[in-house]
Amino acid sequence: MYLDNNATTQVAPEVIEAMMPFFRDMWGNPSSMHHFGGQVKKYIDIAREQVAAMIGADPSEIVFTSCGTESNNTAIRGAAEASGRKIKIVTTRVEHPAVLGPCRYLKDHGHEVIELGVDSSGQLNLAELRQALAGGPALVSVMWANNETGVVFPIQEIADIVREYGGVFHTDAVQAIGKLPIDVRKIPIDLLSLTGHKLHAPKGIGALYIRKGTKLSTFLLGGHQENGRRGGTENVPYIVGLGCASSLSLKYLKTEMKRVAKLRDKLEAGLLATCPDTTVNGDRAHRLPNTTNISFQYIEGEAILYHLSDIGVGASSGSACTSGSLEPSHVIRAMGVPFTAAHGSTRFSLSRYTTEEEIDYVIEHMPAIVKRLRELSPFV
Amino acid sequence: MWDYTDKVLDHFRNPRNVGIVPDADGVGEVGSLACGDALKLTFKLGRDKRITDVKFKTFGCASAIASSSALTEIIKGMTLEEAGKVTNQDIANYLGGLPEQKMHCSVMGREALEVAIANYKTGTTAKKILAGKVICTCFGVTEEEIERVVRDNNLTTVEQVTNYCKAGGGCGGCKDDIEQIIQRVRKELDAKLAAAQKPAKLTVLQKVKLIEETLDREIRPMLKRDGGDVELIDVSGNRVIVSFRGMCAGCQAAPITMKDVVEAKLKEFVSADLTVEEEKS
Repeated sequence: MYLDNNATTQVAPEVIEAMMPFFRDMWGNPSSMHHFGGQVKKYIDIAREQVAAMIGADPSEIVFTSCGTESNNTAIRGAAEASGRKIKIVTTRVEHPAVLGPCRYLKDHGHEVIELGVDSSGQLNLAELRQALAGGPALVSVMWANNETGVVFPIQEIADIVREYGGVFHTDAVQAIGKLPIDVRKIPIDLLSLTGHKLHAPKGIGALYIRKGTKLSTFLLGGHQENGRRGGTENVPYIVGLGCASSLSLKYLKTEMKRVAKLRDKLEAGLLATCPDTTVNGDRAHRLPNTTNISFQYIEGEAILYHLSDIGVGASSGSACTSGSLEPSHVIRAMGVPFTAAHGSTRFSLSRYTTEEEIDYVIEHMPAIVKRLRELSPFV
Repeated sequence: MWDYTDKVLDHFRNPRNVGIVPDADGVGEVGSLACGDALKLTFKLGRDKRITDVKFKTFGCASAIASSSALTEIIKGMTLEEAGKVTNQDIANYLGGLPEQKMHCSVMGREALEVAIANYKTGTTAKKILAGKVICTCFGVTEEEIERVVRDNNLTTVEQVTNYCKAGGGCGGCKDDIEQIIQRVRKELDAKLAAAQKPAKLTVLQKVKLIEETLDREIRPMLKRDGGDVELIDVSGNRVIVSFRGMCAGCQAAPITMKDVVEAKLKEFVSADLTVEEEKS
C-alpha cells in the first residue's frame, strides 16, 4: 500500500507503453539528418505540446530538463545571472532544498536573499512579501504547494504582487502539477518548475516553463538542443513519457482528484477519531487533495514508519531520524509545531491509484501501532 | 531505510523488558521530547546485589528502542560494578552494530545506566543534570560528555561526535569548539599511546626516530601556527642539536622558551637524560 506519492509515484502503465518504442526501435538522435533521427523529432514536439497543454503554456515556452532540481537551479541561478548584477531574491523558509540550495548559494555569492517565514498553519503573510519587495524589484521564488504538508500558497495573489513591483516570479510547482488546475495564461508566472516522477512518469525527466520574454541564462552550455536553452542530446523516451503522463494527469485531474480528496479526508478523519492526541499539520482549507500530515504525539516518526512498513504500508515522516539529521524537518520547525508533535509527524500522500480498501486498512491498523509505541514512551 | 541488523529490528519489533520496575532501587532518565529521543531506565537489585529486574521506556526511533532493549538484556544479572563498566560500544556490539549516524542511541543507553546507578548510590536526582560547560546548546551536550565519547569510541572528526552524542547537529555553531575538544583529547590519547610504547633502552636509530616523531607531534604544529619550524640537526649521545627556522629563527624568545619546551617534551616522550642545544649559524 503505497501512500508516499509526494516522494515519488508509480509509473503509469500507459506511460511505460508510450516509452518502449523509443528504446526498442526509435532510438535515433533527433538532431541527425537521416530517418533514424528524423522520425523521432516529431514525438518530442508532441510531448512538448502535451506538457504545455497541461499548464496552459505555448509549447515554445517548455524546456525539458533532467529533474525538478535542475529546473529550480536553472530558474533561480539563470535569472540571477541573466540580470548581470547582484539582485534581491525573495523566497520562503519552507521551500524544497532544491530551491533553498541555489538561493543560499547565491547569498554566499553576494546576492541578497530574504526568506519569508510562515505561521502555524504553514501560510505566508503577504504583507511581508510586499515589505520585502518595497525596496526594489526582485526575483521571487515561492512554491505552489508544500511537499510535506500539502499546504497550497495563494499563487495568483503572489504572482500579481510580484508583477505589481516589477519582479520576476518563479514557482516550484513540482507537487502541485497533476493535483491542482494550473494555467499560466491566467496567472503571471514567469518561471515554473515541474518533474515527471511526481506525475506517474519516470524519474530523470523534468521541465521548466519559461514565459516568453523572460531573461534567463543557460544552465547547461554546449548544445543547440531545446533552442539553445538546455544543451545535451534529448532524453527521447523520457520526454515522451512525460508528455504522456501530462496528458493523463490533465484527463484525470477533475474526476480522480475529487475522489482522492475524499479518500484523504476519510483517512484523516479516521485516524483523528481512533488515535487520541493526534493533530493535523498545515492549513486544511488550502491544501493539496492528496496530502495529510498528521502528528502522533509522544511517539517518533521513524518508529511509526518501520511498523507501517511491517504491515505493508509506505508513508513518510518529518521526524529527525528519518531525515538522517538530528532535527525535525525545516518545514515543521518553520511552522513552530511543538516538539511533542514534530518528531511524530507522519505524511500520507495518495494518488489516483489509491483505493478505498487501502485507506480502510490503514485506519484499521494504525491505532495498534500508535498504542504500541505509546506503551513504550516515557511521556505517556 | 537504514541498514539495521536483524538483531536491531528484532529488538525494535519485540522489545524486551518494557515498563517501569515498581519500587525501583535506581532510576535514570535522559533525553527529552525536544531532543527527539528519551529513555527512562529502572532497576531493582536482588539480595546478592545483582540486578534482578530492569525495565525501560523509550521515546525514539527504531534503533533507540532497540538500544534500550539491548541494554536491559546486557545488564540483567550484573552487579552494579559490572554494569558500570558497560560502554555504548557494548550496546552497539550486542546488536551486531548500529549505523554510524545512530550511535547516539547507544550512548543514550549508557548515559541512562550511569544516571540510574548514581541515583541508587547517592540518592541524587534520577534525571541527567548538565554538569560542567555546555558546548552544544541545541542538544544540551557538555564538554565532559563530548570528551567521553571521543575517548570511549576513539573518534577523530566533528561529524563522528555529532553521530555519537548529537553535539553540533543543530545550528552547528559549536563545531569549532568540538574540533578543539577532539584535538585536545586526541593529543592526550596519542601521548598516552606514545608513552606506553616508550622502550626501556633505545638504540641510536630508535632514539632519532622517536625524537623526530615527538617534534612532529608536539612541537611543529605549535611553531607552524606562528610561521616557524624546527629542524633536527644531530644527535650526539644525549645531546640533541636543533635549529629553528622561519619566524622562529630570529625570535628573541627562542633561546630561552623554545629550547626549554622542546627539551621538556623530548624528556617526557623520549628519554629523561636528553638535553637540547640550539645550533648557532
